[in-house]
Amino acid sequence: MQIHQYDTVIVGAGGAGMRAAIESTQRSRTAVLTKLYPTRSHTGAAQGGMCAALANVEEDNWEWHTFDTVKGGDYLVDQDAAEIMCKEAIDAVLDLEKMGLPFSRTDQGRIDQRRFGGHSRNHGEAPVRRSCYAADRTGHMILQTLFQNCVKHGVEFFNEFYVLDLLINEGRTAGVVAYELATGEIHVFQAKAVVFASGGTGKMFKVTSNAHTLTGDGQAVALRRGLPLEDMEFFQFHPTGIWRMGILLTEGARGEGGILRNKDGERFMERYAPVMKDLASRDVCSRAIYSEIRAGRGCGPDGDHVYLDLTHLPPEQLDAKLPDITEFARTYLGIEPYTDPIPIQPTAHYAMGGIPTNVEGEVLKNNTEVVPGLYAAGEVACVSVHGANRLGTNSLLDINVFGRRAGIAAAEYAEKHDFVPLPDDPGALVESLVSGLRESTGTESVAKIRQELQESMDTNVSVYRTGKTLQQAVEDVAALKERFKNVSIADKGSRYNTDLLEAVELGNLLDLAEVLVVSALAREESRGGHYREDFPTRDDVKFMQHTMAYREVAEDGTTSIRLDYKPVVQTRYQPMERKY
Amino acid sequence: MSTPTVETHSAALDAAESGSVQLINVTFRIRRFNPEEHPDPVWVDYQLLMDPKERVLDALNKIKWEQDGTLTYRRSCAHGICGSDAMRINGRNRLACKTLVKDVNPEKPITIEAIKGLAVLKDLIVDMDPFFQAYKDVMPFLITNGNEPTRERLQSQADRERFDDTTKCILCAACTSSCPVFWNDGQYFGPAAIVNAHRFIFDSRDEGGEQRLEILNDREGVWRCRTTFNCSEACPRGIEVTKAIQEVKRALVTRRF
Repeated sequence: MQIHQYDTVIVGAGGAGMRAAIESTQRSRTAVLTKLYPTRSHTGAAQGGMCAALANVEEDNWEWHTFDTVKGGDYLVDQDAAEIMCKEAIDAVLDLEKMGLPFSRTDQGRIDQRRFGGHSRNHGEAPVRRSCYAADRTGHMILQTLFQNCVKHGVEFFNEFYVLDLLINEGRTAGVVAYELATGEIHVFQAKAVVFASGGTGKMFKVTSNAHTLTGDGQAVALRRGLPLEDMEFFQFHPTGIWRMGILLTEGARGEGGILRNKDGERFMERYAPVMKDLASRDVCSRAIYSEIRAGRGCGPDGDHVYLDLTHLPPEQLDAKLPDITEFARTYLGIEPYTDPIPIQPTAHYAMGGIPTNVEGEVLKNNTEVVPGLYAAGEVACVSVHGANRLGTNSLLDINVFGRRAGIAAAEYAEKHDFVPLPDDPGALVESLVSGLRESTGTESVAKIRQELQESMDTNVSVYRTGKTLQQAVEDVAALKERFKNVSIADKGSRYNTDLLEAVELGNLLDLAEVLVVSALAREESRGGHYREDFPTRDDVKFMQHTMAYREVAEDGTTSIRLDYKPVVQTRYQPMERKY
Repeated sequence: MSTPTVETHSAALDAAESGSVQLINVTFRIRRFNPEEHPDPVWVDYQLLMDPKERVLDALNKIKWEQDGTLTYRRSCAHGICGSDAMRINGRNRLACKTLVKDVNPEKPITIEAIKGLAVLKDLIVDMDPFFQAYKDVMPFLITNGNEPTRERLQSQADRERFDDTTKCILCAACTSSCPVFWNDGQYFGPAAIVNAHRFIFDSRDEGGEQRLEILNDREGVWRCRTTFNCSEACPRGIEVTKAIQEVKRALVTRRF
């Protein structure tokens, strides 16, 4: 076991982690621990853009953006946080441009902007051009630009180091413990401040836009150390994933004029969202798609999908604005999007919930108190700027605004505080986790349990949920967790043991799936991405509050999830009926 | 405005939506290497029943999940954006997640091995550090002097288009590890580093072009390129890599960029 000492340790090297690292490296001795080489992170798969009220192409302002964000989140958004994000959005985009990001340009040479779901002028009057973009590669450009600037600032990366534990001593952050994939060695990183920026949890679903690597590692570590997870029942299903594969096709396609159609060729979104139509928020579009499918208006031999139609757009526009997604259709479906509509279905995309933080990125250990020295940003965190449903582009914004804030706050904390002594035997938990899996002679397979988890989640915890399906998922997850205790792996070696890695990841997914389904079962209302057919309306009296889920360990070692609730911060906007 | 109806369906769309799948037997011949077990690599055959429209990465996953958990490779996004899974498939560098089984002649065994020119650490995993070091050596970040504008730097659409092709690079190393010069001379910067230098040299906002050109004027720099076009063929993002290298060479001669 090796022991390292850094002022600030950042866990994860996607957009949020690298944005934080650029700030903290300039202020404190920083290490970035990342499961993947930084440029492999899933920020790179984001496509359509990053919203900011630059008003480069039409009238816009940050207050309209804030309103759209709060409404998009079905009023579960903490409004102070949303206002900060939408104000700082403008500088966040300009900062990226100055770092070198090659945005698409207007004919005046300014950053170009396009329409996106749920983003409107003057509180819902009509779609507005707010999304700053680089073709349909905005996430790729953000990831590359941030990595380039990490190189410029000499950020110190520990690549393929998988963080498996968080060390807290006397109530303060002491460091993290990581497993080095190349060697199997365990490393303790003592740190004054730790920033979790490890991304989402999408791999608990079968049809997902998420990478194989998105297994909720940071959330699971926090949960195991007794920290709460906020609003985990809110998971976004993006309307347009490639049918069956789940590969993302950007909402920017509809921003450019693309249309959703059912098997009769009807532009069905006109019925569900008369003003915003195909640019209604994602939860609304995904429900509409499944309503069409359920009503027998789905496409294909089994009527189990609908079309994203781009055929009326000029090929030059597709080539210039949507080159990657049109290539995905050609590569994976063998169709020509100039002339063929693209078969799509909703795809599990984004966790609105996560590790609760305040607007400085400090992690909350309950409704009011923080864990000194611990920070989180990006999809792993819940500030909450996304509430019950995130607007398109606001995740790229979130990682830049709150990644920066967390990086600055962590480094400033590290400047002012000393190291907390490491607890006795700091690597013990990770050593027993790793050796337990490596030495297990059990009969269960990681791949089989993961597949059953994903199938149950897709069947029971998708766009439409009921008490019955959620109860089924609670039972399924409990049974799978039990079977997971008897799992074994084939690779017993210490060199690049990805077999072991996948087992650890599955353990994380099971823990988080449990939190998600328990939180969802208790929320007897419909709000944003959480739609209960047995409780089809929003209930502001009972549920205008954030879920806070804690893992409790009984004396006999059994664990359970305890739910508590936290008030929503409301400033400017009173809840209204949500129409698009 | 076109309305897709049954009548306008192309054969391709019908095929894409077809519910019935013809599974075929495919042999994957994979070059395995684990120095913990044995000092030499060995070719191992795996038989799979596959939908020919599945990805080669799906095949690797099936082998790992159903037959042999020790098979080791890198993967993440699974749709050609993250650059994790470059490998030699039937002797050609490709991304496993962007290569469909039907496109690599499943009638015969499909061979899979690690990319060349970088040390193999285990199975399909190579040491990427020398690759990223070459990238870092070309100063792959915007260099500017003088005052920063308050708002964004202005850039015309034509100026933005000038370097668009090389912004697409995902650093997968398919190009660099397909280059015969790189195989024989590990100190050569390699195509990917030059592509990333190009991305800044031809960016109208950048003022570090001269510095980067001097770096690439080195004996291990751009002049080692023998214009074999392997890199352009290998690039999964369709970047015209050889052309970019030629443009850097020309800029070195003319000092105009």
